[in-house]
Amino acid sequence: MADLTTDFVGIKSPNPFWLASAPPTDKEYNVRRAFEAGWGGVVWKTLGAEGPPVVNVNGPRYGAIWGADRRLLGLNNIELITDRPLEVNLEEMARVKSDYPDRALIASIMVPCEESAWKAILPRVMETGADGIELNFGCPHGMAERGMGSAVGQVPEYIEMVTRWCKQYYDRPVIVKLTPNITDIRKPAQAAKNGGADAVSLINTINSITSVNLDTMSPEPSIDGKGSHGGYCGPAVKPIAMNMVAEIARDPETHGLPISGIGGITTWRDAAEFMSLGAGNVQVCTAAMTYGFRIVEEMKAGLSAWMDEKGYASVAEVVGRAVPKVTDWQYLNLNYVTKARISQDDCIKCGRCFAACEDTSHQAIAMSPDRTFTVIDEECVACNLCVDVCPVENCITMEELPKGAVDPRTGKTVGDYANWTTHPNNPAAQAAE
Amino acid sequence: MSNPLTPGIAAGRLSADEIAENFADLHAPLDMHEARVAADRCYFCYDAPCVTACPTEIDIPLFIRQIANGQPESAGRTILNQNILGGMCARVCPTEDLCEGACVREAAEGKPVQIGRLQRHATDSVMARQGHPFDRAPATGKRVAVVGAGPAGLACAHRLAMRGHDVVLYDAKDKPGGLNEFGIAAYKSTDDFAAREVGWLCQIGGIELKPGHALGRDITLDGLKAEFDAVFVGVGLGGVNDLDAPGAERDGVQDAVGFIAALRQADDLAKLPVGRNVVVIGGGMTAVDAAVQSKLLGAENVTIAYRRGKDRMGASEFEQDLATSKGVRIICNAQPVAIHGNGAAAEIELEYTADDGSGLKGTGETLRLPADQVFKAIGQTLTFEGLALDGRKIAVTGAGRTSVEGVWAGGDCTPGDDLTVVAVAEGRDAAEDIHATLMGVAAPETGAVIGEAARA
Ligand SMILES: Cc1cc2nc3c(=O)[nH]c(=O)nc-3n(C[C@H](O)[C@H](O)[C@H](O)COP(=O)(O)OP(=O)(O)OC[C@H]3O[C@@H](n4cnc5c(N)ncnc54)[C@H](O)[C@@H]3O)c2cc1C
Ligand SMILES: Cc1cc2nc3c(=O)[nH]c(=O)nc-3n(C[C@H](O)[C@H](O)[C@H](O)COP(=O)(O)O)c2cc1C
Ligand code: SF4
Ligand code: SF4
Ligand code: SF4
Repeated sequence: MADLTTDFVGIKSPNPFWLASAPPTDKEYNVRRAFEAGWGGVVWKTLGAEGPPVVNVNGPRYGAIWGADRRLLGLNNIELITDRPLEVNLEEMARVKSDYPDRALIASIMVPCEESAWKAILPRVMETGADGIELNFGCPHGMAERGMGSAVGQVPEYIEMVTRWCKQYYDRPVIVKLTPNITDIRKPAQAAKNGGADAVSLINTINSITSVNLDTMSPEPSIDGKGSHGGYCGPAVKPIAMNMVAEIARDPETHGLPISGIGGITTWRDAAEFMSLGAGNVQVCTAAMTYGFRIVEEMKAGLSAWMDEKGYASVAEVVGRAVPKVTDWQYLNLNYVTKARISQDDCIKCGRCFAACEDTSHQAIAMSPDRTFTVIDEECVACNLCVDVCPVENCITMEELPKGAVDPRTGKTVGDYANWTTHPNNPAAQAAE
Repeated sequence: MSNPLTPGIAAGRLSADEIAENFADLHAPLDMHEARVAADRCYFCYDAPCVTACPTEIDIPLFIRQIANGQPESAGRTILNQNILGGMCARVCPTEDLCEGACVREAAEGKPVQIGRLQRHATDSVMARQGHPFDRAPATGKRVAVVGAGPAGLACAHRLAMRGHDVVLYDAKDKPGGLNEFGIAAYKSTDDFAAREVGWLCQIGGIELKPGHALGRDITLDGLKAEFDAVFVGVGLGGVNDLDAPGAERDGVQDAVGFIAALRQADDLAKLPVGRNVVVIGGGMTAVDAAVQSKLLGAENVTIAYRRGKDRMGASEFEQDLATSKGVRIICNAQPVAIHGNGAAAEIELEYTADDGSGLKGTGETLRLPADQVFKAIGQTLTFEGLALDGRKIAVTGAGRTSVEGVWAGGDCTPGDDLTVVAVAEGRDAAEDIHATLMGVAAPETGAVIGEAARA
């Protein structure tokens, strides 16, 4: 059995699955039940400064998009940080931590961008025995307008400054949670690192409007006839989050900075993919909000079975394995030539590949009167669209032309690795040695 | 109060509640969510095989996409454009032999997209709304006689009215609808759907319904030709084949179509008499419907005896399974040789058959079954004279042109499969041909021509 225990910036947990800071981690009752269900750690719902807590709208607070059979694909929320008094949260955290010493308990914090505010709250958090803190620089709504959340996360200088204060007044690990609502995710990550952060976590939610009610003309969720943008999360954001994780993992300036991967993680496979791209552990929110805490069982069992199958003994062996395979476009092999191949045994003759290729791509699929679909090698550029639209998995595959073969489309012989940097059409090409 | 064991032919074998449950909708309608889930399974195939398999060539991927995207009424319009009796077809089409049989997901998983039920969802949505979704073209001043208000005649009349012609729709019976009203199994057309659909269809206007007018009795072909600009004949198959066996005249031996018609018109099914031991002779849809409905009325034993092998049965596999699931026994390769009894039928004698390649022959081995009611379901025949025949049906060329100029025909009375949807297609196409002929224009394409064009 693979070892799922994780050491993330010195914080140990029995498995890499943490609950992200959100409603599932909003109070003692939930967190105890989450730990009983098997979660490795939680990032407590974000704490605000001392004093009267923030006020949430009553609701509806969520909007959604669905796939077939109302499968939830994307969720959007307009919740704020915890609306319970700081004192209550701190007491509960202390109790839970002492009862579950083997689990990770992280305090998420969002207070005004002033040194005094951070200086005030950090010792209080320290007393709870929490294993570390996560700085919420991500919330895209409600708090940003008050100069917190993503308003800080979008300004690298602020990130660096606040991180530095935290490292100064708090001696346990500091994780900086990044907002994706920014052009280049490497900049805030660099700032966090420069400020002394032990790790970054990402992504927080993405600015979004999930739908518009076409009768009332109000965005959903609609509060008394009006809506505001919310934060988008769930399966739909996973590709965006994974790219951002990979960008940070392979950036020379932040390479090696521990990453807690977040965004759409729903299954063991999602988690394995995030970790292969450099995440040292993962955090989950929407999947738990959709299916409840029990999903962690499938995640743990699935990850463990996959690791056994691949011969990975520990989580650490998986982390970052795919990072060297992520490159920039100009280094991709221009002499890698493949052709689509349709398995006639598997084909169910729906014609989707034909419609897609004929109408929108390279007119490289032929259709016979008896509905046999075949690839015309002279036209096929191997764009993969047919593979993506075919309803039968593995019915269409891409077959590599061996070196030395002639590509019937270009009439050229398949040669050795060569990329755009040396291509004759590239005005900036350097002469190949 | 009688029960299934009451000897002879008796009414009231089951309670009113049992009867109601037995005759409830065979395929309950899909609600909005079920419809969307079912619709989501459609792959929106290119030049979709299901469309080719539908005799009326409904654009199935389009209408299913319209359901999936929350517009069942638009979906309904897409269907009704091609098939004005899309509501009835959704209920009665042997979809396993037609659209659903051709669905790529049938080939892939043995589970086709539920086209029939989705079609019902869409057409029900349209019909639930007040009014009629089609308008008539400006009046042409032409008048057309349509004889027979079954699916063929109704489809023809509607299309003609839509094109601006005035239609007089004659039917021998006192109620329109043809076999939709008198033949289709009760559990396929519940809540008086056949009559509601005719009423809804006629809302287009320009169709004058004349029930109680039989061609050959009250009106003549020559008379109609003289009075109208064109005539369409859709009289179906009025006669039934007789059983050629000693004892066939005994009380209790009846034709199945008549029994079903009585059942369909009964105000109270509990009052309809049915035998304790029922034997149905035949292997088609009519045989299955008579057998199943006998069982549902409370007959204790119901047997279908078919003279050929199972694979030759006219009833689809789904229909056969339906029968056996209701407790009907199907005996193949057995033909009736005599009906015994003391006055009324009491027993039927069957002889096993075999086909050694030179035709069907009795093997000499017989079996006897108790039978106080015997239904003949061995085929219907044309009872109409005055037009050249092709075999036992009215000969047609092109879109239903008969041997007589100005007279078109379609539906069961012409060659082709005896199915509601085929009758609709033929009625519709004849209407377009009549329109084109009367107006001197080219008949519009009715099929799915996009795929053809793309392949050319
Ligand atoms: C018991 C039974 C069950 C069936 N079940 C199914 C099923 O589940 N699915 C399916 O697709 N098909 C089924 N069919 C077949 C289907 O009903 C027919 O194919 C279809 O009704 C044919 O339509 P039509 O308009 O040609 O003829 P009909 O429906 O027979 O209509 C003919 C009309 O013409 C009238 N008429 C007859 N003679 C004259 C005359 N001389 N003058 C004036 N009017 C006249 C009749 O009164 C009738 O109204 C079934 C048939 C039967 C008998
Ligand atoms: C209702 C809701 C409230 C959230 N509140 C917080 C919060 O207080 N602090 C925070 O850092 N992130 C918050 N998040 C963001 C999540 O922690 C997480 O980063 C995001 O949802 C992406 O992960 P997922 O796709 O697994 O849901 C919230 C998300 C949701 C849905
Ligand atoms: S999309 Fe796939 S299943 Fe459909 S025709 Fe093409 S190869 Fe066959
Ligand atoms: S009319 Fe009948 S065959 Fe045609 S699509 Fe509808 S259910 Fe299928
Ligand atoms: S064949 Fe099946 S999947 Fe394809 S369009 Fe028709 S109903 Fe949809």
